[in-house]
Amino acid sequence: MTREESAMTKEEQIAALRAQTWREDLRKSRKTKERTDIPRVEMNEQDAEVRSHNHLEVNLGLTAEQARQEAARCLDCANPTCILGCPVEIQIPSFVKNIERGDFLEAARVLKETSALPAVCGRVCPQEKQCEAQCIYTLKLGKPSVAIGHLERFAADYERESGRISVPELAPKNGKKVAVVGSGPAGLSFAGDMAKYGYEVMVFEALHEIGGVLKYGIPEFRLPNSVVDVEIDNLRQMGVQFMTNCIVGRTITIDELKEQGYCGIFVGSGAGLPNFMNIPGENLIHILSSNEYLTRVNLMDAANPESDTPVAMGKCVAVIGGGNTAMDSVRTAKRLGAERAMIVYRRSEEEMPARVEEVKHAKEEGIEFLTLHNPLEYYGDERGRVKQMRLQKMELGQPDDSGRRRPVPIPGAEVVIDVDQVIVSVGVSPNPLIPNSVEGLEISRWGTIVVDDNMRSSIPAIYAGGDIVRGGATVILAMGDGRKAAASMHAQLSGKE
Amino acid sequence: MSDLVVRLEVEAPMIAKARKPGHFVILKLGAKGERIPLTISSADTQKGTITLVVQRVGLTSNKLYNMQVGEEITDLLGPLGRATHIENFGTVLCAGGGVGIAPLLPIVEGMKKAGNKVISVLAARSKNLIMLEDEIRRHSDEVVIMTDDGSYGEKGLITVGVEKIIQREKVDLCVTIGPAVMMKFVSLLTKKYDVPTVASLNTIMVDGTGMCGGCRVSVGGKTKFVCVDGPEFDAHQVNFDEMIMRLGTYKEEEQEEMKKLHQK
Repeated sequence: MTREESAMTKEEQIAALRAQTWREDLRKSRKTKERTDIPRVEMNEQDAEVRSHNHLEVNLGLTAEQARQEAARCLDCANPTCILGCPVEIQIPSFVKNIERGDFLEAARVLKETSALPAVCGRVCPQEKQCEAQCIYTLKLGKPSVAIGHLERFAADYERESGRISVPELAPKNGKKVAVVGSGPAGLSFAGDMAKYGYEVMVFEALHEIGGVLKYGIPEFRLPNSVVDVEIDNLRQMGVQFMTNCIVGRTITIDELKEQGYCGIFVGSGAGLPNFMNIPGENLIHILSSNEYLTRVNLMDAANPESDTPVAMGKCVAVIGGGNTAMDSVRTAKRLGAERAMIVYRRSEEEMPARVEEVKHAKEEGIEFLTLHNPLEYYGDERGRVKQMRLQKMELGQPDDSGRRRPVPIPGAEVVIDVDQVIVSVGVSPNPLIPNSVEGLEISRWGTIVVDDNMRSSIPAIYAGGDIVRGGATVILAMGDGRKAAASMHAQLSGKE
Repeated sequence: MSDLVVRLEVEAPMIAKARKPGHFVILKLGAKGERIPLTISSADTQKGTITLVVQRVGLTSNKLYNMQVGEEITDLLGPLGRATHIENFGTVLCAGGGVGIAPLLPIVEGMKKAGNKVISVLAARSKNLIMLEDEIRRHSDEVVIMTDDGSYGEKGLITVGVEKIIQREKVDLCVTIGPAVMMKFVSLLTKKYDVPTVASLNTIMVDGTGMCGGCRVSVGGKTKFVCVDGPEFDAHQVNFDEMIMRLGTYKEEEQEEMKKLHQK
């Protein structure tokens, strides 16, 4: 972004980009009808039977031809509502039109102006609820939206595979130091933006790997670690520094950070604490949280015989919950050799919080769905290993506070099912480690850090974002928080507030 | 220290500065290593080192046992857990078994400094497994040694020594660290005499920061995470049987790994 552009309002920026000669020529090159007649591209996928036995990525990406054809569907609207649906406000038509004209590297550059992790977002964002939900095809034409997510992934992958990775333009160094707590999506997004503003950025990570949930949580078949590493490397190129094995508030205190010259701190420590249901038998052997299961398999590589970390590979695995993490866990269990891998969810499929794509993929891979079932109790064998679960059958009643129909037990309708592993995936709570270690920080009764509209906490030098503020959300919302916090901290530290 | 136990002095200046009695660390050896928790035995802020005492039982502890001076621990995170609650309780009985004597040392020291009368009961299978006796003595008003085989001190289990003290004088608090089964029986005994007791639990962990829940134990009927809620709990509320059961989760896997280690 040039200096003139940054002085414009958002609307002026969008209009200026759209008025570029090449964009105008490209718009005129095809009639609207020609564009809207093109069917939406289908993502290329690994065969379901094959992929359910390997850990390779399910989605294979688009070819250049597919991407250009899909990009041609975009009408390059004067009022691009898609941008409003994006938590980090990517210049969507701008990158899409660059794909249409075949300038894929420029498309990637546009993405990186606002997103620190485009290859990640192109894979894991719920676009169908965000940008694509606001696309004119969805809003006005009654047709499937432009496949913005697939195109984002295409541009980011193209750049990475080309080896010609651009480093975003950085403001001159301003000599100020800021610290980031946690290297997940919120922290990385914040770090990238602060580096662009000219700050010296140090990211502190408790685990031995950088990436937070992108590494320990999301499985290889949905987001390969190598993809995450390239994006992290890009941040390193921008001057961002990382320190692993370090907990702010424990290994080093906030006061020590201030003494070392850090003038702003962003906390993106995530929603670390897994919830359990507190039902009888839940502490039996081989009943574990999705966090533990996925961390063992993803971060610790436990399924690899070379790894020292063990993981039990159940033959009959039940995953409790209906979110993306539940889908990740059950599909992982299938890949580790489960003969029966099932989702147990207390509502119906319609209320499932998981992305439609994840549910579809899971079904194709042979995952069973026990919807309208809720665990009541687990039974163990003589050594305390889980062998059975007792489930309550449910039906849908009146809508509850969330607007979804409330599941109610059907009296007397219970079923007992044999299992040898149960993965509990019923949400997470904010990690208390950081909030408890920082005196004077205002915490809500849910354990989240309280922030104002600018992501600033009750302590002026400390900002926060992502799940430690939201309590459990998505990668892209966390990134949006990081971006917002960076803008407000920059305004504060440069005296523009 | 013996053919089973090794004392490691590890360079970790930030942890040495920040740690308090009761804290633990998570460490990992090599790129494919597992993460295991170890309670800190002592620290030297001048040298910037912490001391860990390790008994070889599993894969990683065996690798640690075989480490040479100058080798590096790939990853080390800490200090973790809540620090021991130290104040002047009156008379404190510190009951340590085997390798549990090591993490007991800073608590003995802290309790003594806080003005308590400290009586330490140290127990092990035999004489060569009684560790840090001199250091414990330095901070205790009295030390009782118990060995299973009678090779040193009195012959008998730790509970014998603990019971004698409780019967002899009023004990205001008992702190116990050692194998789970030992803590279970110490706890049962002190419950009988109504002596408040704190046990430091060592469970299976992955991250050590509250993320995985692998360390969960039942305390007073509620599930707690040892890593962030502990590692010390009211021993009389801990469900030790469940804890011992859960410690066996990866028994088969561990045996497989040990076989591999010996073949190498």
